[in-house]
Amino acid sequence: MIEEYRGVWVFIEQNEGVIESVSLELLGAGRDLADKLQVPLAGVLLGSEVKSLASQIIAYGADIVYMIDHPVLKDYRTESYMKGLLKLVETYKPEILLYGATPNGKDLASAVATDLATGLTADCTMLDIDMENRLLEASRPAFGGNIMATILCKKDRPQMATVRPKVMKALEPDETRQGKVVEETIDLKEEDMRTKVLKIVKDVTETASLADAHVIVCGGKGMGDELGFQLIHEFAEVIGASVGGTRDVIEAGWLPYEYQIGQTGQTVTPKMYFAVGVSGAIQHVVGMKNSDVIIAINNDPNAPIFDVATYGIVGDALEILPKLIEQFKQIRKEMGGEISYA
Amino acid sequence: MKSAMPEKFDVIVVGAGPAGTACAYTCAKNGLKVLQIERGEYPGSKNVMGGVLYRKQLEEIIPEFWKEAPLERPIVEQNFWLMDKNSVVKFGYKGLEWGEEPYNNFTVLRAKFDQWFAQKAVEQGSLLINETVVKECIVENGKVVGVRTDRPDGDVYADVVVLADGVNSLLAKQLGFRKELRPDEVALAVMEVINLPKEKINDRFNVNDNQGCTIEIFGDSTKGNLGTAFIYTNKDSINIGVGTTLSSMIKSKMKPYDLLDQLKNHPMVSPLLEGGESAEYLAHLIPEGGYNSVPKVVGNGVVVVGDAAQLVNAIHREGSNMAMASGRMAAEAIIKAKERNDFSEAGLSSYRDALYESFIIKDLQKYKDAAHTFEENPQYFQYYLPMLNKAMSEFFTVDGVPKKDKQKEMMKMLTGEKGKLNVIKDIYRAWKAVK
Amino acid sequence: MHIVVCIKQVPDTKIIKINPKTNTLDRRSAPAILNPYDAHAVQEAVNIKKELGKGHISVISMGPPPATDIIKKSVEIGADEGYLITDRAFAGADTLATSYALSKGLEKIAKARPIDMIICGKQAIDGDTGQVGPGIARRLDIPPVTNVLEVLEVNEKERTVLVKRKTSGGYEIVQAELPCLLTVEKEVNEIEYAPLPNMIKAARYEPVIWTVNDFEGVDRTKLGLKGSPTVVGKMFTPPRPEGGKKLEGTADEQVKQVIDIMLERKELFFVK
Ligand SMILES: Cc1cc2nc3c(=O)[nH]c(=O)nc-3n(C[C@H](O)[C@H](O)[C@H](O)COP(=O)(O)OP(=O)(O)OC[C@H]3O[C@@H](n4cnc5c(N)ncnc54)[C@H](O)[C@@H]3O)c2cc1C
Ligand SMILES: Cc1cc2nc3c(=O)[nH]c(=O)nc-3n(C[C@H](O)[C@H](O)[C@H](O)COP(=O)(O)OP(=O)(O)OC[C@H]3O[C@@H](n4cnc5c(N)ncnc54)[C@H](O)[C@@H]3O)c2cc1C
Ligand SMILES: Nc1ncnc2c1ncn2[C@@H]1O[C@H](COP(=O)(O)O)[C@@H](O)[C@H]1O
Repeated sequence: MIEEYRGVWVFIEQNEGVIESVSLELLGAGRDLADKLQVPLAGVLLGSEVKSLASQIIAYGADIVYMIDHPVLKDYRTESYMKGLLKLVETYKPEILLYGATPNGKDLASAVATDLATGLTADCTMLDIDMENRLLEASRPAFGGNIMATILCKKDRPQMATVRPKVMKALEPDETRQGKVVEETIDLKEEDMRTKVLKIVKDVTETASLADAHVIVCGGKGMGDELGFQLIHEFAEVIGASVGGTRDVIEAGWLPYEYQIGQTGQTVTPKMYFAVGVSGAIQHVVGMKNSDVIIAINNDPNAPIFDVATYGIVGDALEILPKLIEQFKQIRKEMGGEISYA
Repeated sequence: MKSAMPEKFDVIVVGAGPAGTACAYTCAKNGLKVLQIERGEYPGSKNVMGGVLYRKQLEEIIPEFWKEAPLERPIVEQNFWLMDKNSVVKFGYKGLEWGEEPYNNFTVLRAKFDQWFAQKAVEQGSLLINETVVKECIVENGKVVGVRTDRPDGDVYADVVVLADGVNSLLAKQLGFRKELRPDEVALAVMEVINLPKEKINDRFNVNDNQGCTIEIFGDSTKGNLGTAFIYTNKDSINIGVGTTLSSMIKSKMKPYDLLDQLKNHPMVSPLLEGGESAEYLAHLIPEGGYNSVPKVVGNGVVVVGDAAQLVNAIHREGSNMAMASGRMAAEAIIKAKERNDFSEAGLSSYRDALYESFIIKDLQKYKDAAHTFEENPQYFQYYLPMLNKAMSEFFTVDGVPKKDKQKEMMKMLTGEKGKLNVIKDIYRAWKAVK
Repeated sequence: MHIVVCIKQVPDTKIIKINPKTNTLDRRSAPAILNPYDAHAVQEAVNIKKELGKGHISVISMGPPPATDIIKKSVEIGADEGYLITDRAFAGADTLATSYALSKGLEKIAKARPIDMIICGKQAIDGDTGQVGPGIARRLDIPPVTNVLEVLEVNEKERTVLVKRKTSGGYEIVQAELPCLLTVEKEVNEIEYAPLPNMIKAARYEPVIWTVNDFEGVDRTKLGLKGSPTVVGKMFTPPRPEGGKKLEGTADEQVKQVIDIMLERKELFFVK
């Protein structure tokens, strides 16, 4: 009976009417999967007064938008969203359903998977299709990230996965794309809800700013000690970049946890990434390898970071950083201005 | 949630090394209510030892322990190396009878062994608490009545407190049983565990899977410092270490890890380690004052065992066995004291008596001057060893010189500028120290 | 207030040593520990009990027999009792089968003493999935609140709990009816240094052990490997991106080249 299930779906996470970027990234990835399987790609939108978002979803690659618009769906809550999504899945039977691995996405996926008694793979970083068996190959880091494991869900449908933000690429939006909007209704009552969202607070802390930074200077254990690490702060300051660190740096207490980049920290995709005194362990690399330009400074010519660096400098960071700082200060002066974030 | 009255135990054992656990095990086995407190994350987590475990003293506590204990290899070969810069004189003994039950001794990794041993005590009913530091003994009316730990609501009481807290024993110092160790009473040892595939170990040390080998190294290993180095084979790792007395280290201004580095790079040693991966680096003190520095070991409501009581035979690298034996003897005294309900110094004194009648104190007495002899006479290490190496080289070199002349030449080398009489004096002094 | 905390034993991935050159890992060195998030979950239960002045804390784990260690660890932190579900029938469970088995255990605990709140860790560091908690909530039909950063208030009279929950853009304040299930982030509290009486109690404590036969009417097809829809296909080392070029020359020459590269993208270092 699993043949009844057709189509690739992406759960579109919106918060206060704004679509999360991971959902757009997933539409890009989902487009690929849907084309391989020769099925339509659908975005699933739940919320209150969100109908206007449908065109954006189509512009980013969806053929269909399944939608439930209901006042009780205003803020994300497991109970209400789960009911809505379950209704759509049971009615339209997709074979693949993807979610962003955000707090809400993971929460919803876990609940839905339990009711559907189907498989759910967490925090994927690669997606592909085994064409022969028409199976989703959802791959994720395992055993501390040294190895990738491909998880399959052979007998149950839909095949579900949550996918890490920033690892997939969104398509360029195409406003001319055409698609279908299918709206469903649902019977929800606020009195039946057992949770209430009393307040939503946008908190653009360092964490958020690191994720959105255009330039990041990441220091590693190679900076020697806390004093050496000051050079990282200084360099970041003069070029107007955000500071990040490896896990070893966080463990040494040179930076708080929010600044950790990598598998157990944040994934970042800045335009330019400096890795200074960073060895380039795979757990670190998975969190930064999609940066546009990577510049590595390391005194060990065989350090694995050079395998991912666009430009590598083999040398002593404690010698090179002060030079860079000095030169950039000079440039800044010449240009006669303050440097601020781009 | 303030707790009610703190609990009272028959015995509190501070430290879960071999001494403390032997004591806890024996007490618990005899029905006493025991609490053992260890500061490490688990017993053995921070404990250091070259790694030779002797059979006899543990067998007296747990018969046929080798059938289940996490041992590395039974030792079938023990070697002594007298090493110079580019040469070494070796002698040793290999006996395959040591590779069979009941065995002679074993290599162990303390992180595994201590954990197992402590678990055996737990099986006997002893309660074990980790990650808890005993800050001081609680003393009331001149009697130790319990301990104060670093935890909230951290006092706990007992009839007897056993100090098995190792070489530094802050608690024995607190009670005034002993003083701060002098630099010549204590050796600083550093060692490394180096992972190496089993096959490589077997090849390089010429042993089978279930056979181990020890090497004690004198001479260039300590760069003229008083002390020795060692290499022991585990299942798939090697322990290599070097220890010298603090005083000679201070004199020569050497850092222990420099010594270890030099040892690892010594041309006689490095081929044994090649391709190995350093897994752990450890440093620890060894009490080497011997007989002369054994402190007061019994007080009112308190006994001192193992390294805390300085029970180490530096010459024969025995320590863990003395620790276990002393722990057992202390337990037996406590059991007797319990029968009479007398935990005073007199009531516990049978521990002291047993200790002084045993091999432990006798051995320590025998070597009581050894360390000082070598300490005060650096010529043993700085002069004789290189000479001996030269002499042996001469002896084995086939160069057409008649053997008789060679012997004469060797004798001259050995006595050298020192003169025969001085050499004889040195030999006599050394012999007296270890006889 | 009866709080049950779900706890899992995991290898300490922090201690697993990794060779950065070969990317191989040395598992020998990794001891099994209480999942760090779960330690915070237990601590949170203890804090709530302290705040209310009364309550009962149980912990439950599914895993092999050595998992009794983490139950003892929880007693050290302040749990009152612990249950271990251990049986070959449960082996090989994915998150779906795990949440089923745990929900059966929780139902059994609830029969003896009704449960007001369940607390799980945000995720277990061995699998990093974070799916078991919400799964349990569904099976027991109680509301889940995941990613809890702070428990603001537990109101026994109104039977509600007020929490601060992490979201992708910040946080939100959520109120949930009891009974509910929370999954907690590490920020939720600091693990306290356990008092000595707890340590002694833990050293003595023998957890309750349940095997599959202790569960009446359990659907065996939903357990373990059989009850797990996901299977592991292939394992492979992640493809490493190609490295770019190494800059040549003296330190000063290299610095100059870097500056040039940076100035090519001047807009990133926007000068007002
Ligand atoms: C389950 C798990 C999860 C993990 N998650 C993460 C994660 O999220 N993020 C993360 O970063 N790590 C993570 N790690 C740890 C990771 O494996 C590495 O240990 C860590 O990234 C190494 O940090 P580092 O590069 O700062 O230090 P090191 O590996 O010690 O590297 C220091 C580098 O600096 C170089 N160096 C030294 N001196 C100088 C100098 N003067 N000038 C220039 N270069 C110099 C050295 O050659 C070396 O390459 C994780 C590990 C595990 C097991
Ligand atoms: C490099 C080296 C090589 C050696 N080689 C050998 C050898 O080959 N064979 C041999 O038999 N002996 C050897 N020894 C000696 C042997 O290690 C010791 O004699 C033996 O470990 C003594 O046991 P113990 O129980 O008295 O002390 P320890 O093993 O030191 O145990 C003391 C315990 O008490 C705990 N502790 C300390 N203070 C406190 C406190 N305040 N509160 C709670 N817990 C506390 C410690 O964490 C520790 O676990 C060697 C020693 C060294 C350093
Ligand atoms: N085997 C288990 N036994 C008890 N609790 C578990 C188990 N597996 C997961 N959990 C709980 O579910 C949380 C999330 O785990 P996971 O979904 O595996 O990342 C953990 O922090 C635990 O609280």
